[in-house]
Amino acid sequence: MTTEPVEWPRTARAATRNRGINWEKWGWVYMRVSGVALVVLIFGHLFVNLVAGEGVNAIDFAFVAGKWADPFYIVWDTLLLWLALIHGANGMRTLVNDYVYRPKVRKWTLRALFASTAVLLLLGTLVIYTFDPCIGDPQSSGLQELCAGR
Amino acid sequence: MSMATIEGQAAPPPAEVQSFTVTLLIRRFDPEKDTEPYWQDFDVEMYPTDRVLDALHKIKWEQDGSLTFRRSCAHGICGSDAMRINGRNRLACKTLIKDLDITKPIYVEAIKGLPLEKDLIVDMEPFFESYRQIQPFLIASSKPEKERIQTVAQRERFDDTTKCILCAACTSSCPVFWTDGQYFGPAAIVNAHRFIFDSRDEGSQVRLDILNDKEGVWRCRTTFNCSEACPRGIQVTKAIQEVKQAILRGGNA
Repeated sequence: MTTEPVEWPRTARAATRNRGINWEKWGWVYMRVSGVALVVLIFGHLFVNLVAGEGVNAIDFAFVAGKWADPFYIVWDTLLLWLALIHGANGMRTLVNDYVYRPKVRKWTLRALFASTAVLLLLGTLVIYTFDPCIGDPQSSGLQELCAGR
Repeated sequence: MSMATIEGQAAPPPAEVQSFTVTLLIRRFDPEKDTEPYWQDFDVEMYPTDRVLDALHKIKWEQDGSLTFRRSCAHGICGSDAMRINGRNRLACKTLIKDLDITKPIYVEAIKGLPLEKDLIVDMEPFFESYRQIQPFLIASSKPEKERIQTVAQRERFDDTTKCILCAACTSSCPVFWTDGQYFGPAAIVNAHRFIFDSRDEGSQVRLDILNDKEGVWRCRTTFNCSEACPRGIQVTKAIQEVKQAILRGGNA
């Protein structure tokens, strides 16, 4: 019996499908990074809204207007919106991939998910940045003084 | 070693070992007769020291010769007889009857996520296909005169994943593999880990690239089913996480 020496590599490996961004990897990283950020953002949000000061009783139109008068909370809420919504949507994408077997249904479920996420992101961002505290009736919102000069 | 016996003194009679009747519910399927798998029960007389494999043998040899299952070495090394026993993936040859609750029937079925062929036999080809894809062999350009030297610490680094016997207990317990047949599965990643962290191997980057795929390690959801299922006690989920880390660090493993 003879053993023939086999030079390495015997056969070339099929080219890896490595084109563009590795979404699966960055999606995985995103879930971890945004998860850590969201722990701070969500609990901070809950504390400011529900515990600090008068607690939950303080929440009304004026309270929100007051928060958004401060650029700090505009940045905070923008981060919260984008990180949480994309985090959740990516989680939903995973669930769809797990449970929706039929390719056509899966494709359209994912598209609907993507579209609804995009709409919600745009709508939310629009509200945060174009918010007008004097919209409607300043009398009922208790912002007469602020809006008197307008 | 020889048995020590004292001359002129009779050895005490061995204590009577109690045997008992065990009911096995086996998920049967014959592709030539059945359209759907069904459960069939068998009563067998067993000793506590017997294994589930012994029960299957007894059924096949004494009650129903058509019962079909794989086994080769029957000692937990060949990895042929992984099956789902009482809802958990185990080797039939390593599961003792006394470790199971014999007041209830013992449920035995084929492992999940792979095409069922007959009774307890599944088509292992998809499993081996993903095993082949990660190139489970030493890739080294140098040709040393004698052996390839490795320190104890270097050997220790991948010791855990060398234990794999390719029984598919881990891969067929993975919920991601159940729904996504394209996923490499724990066993393939374990065997990639075995070479990625081997200091003698030069192909780690190649394997990391393969596993850095849409259907690669990122599909893992760390449910730990695989670690629990492994009959060799390999920390499968930990190995997968180490591969993920190696990819994120740029593959200088």
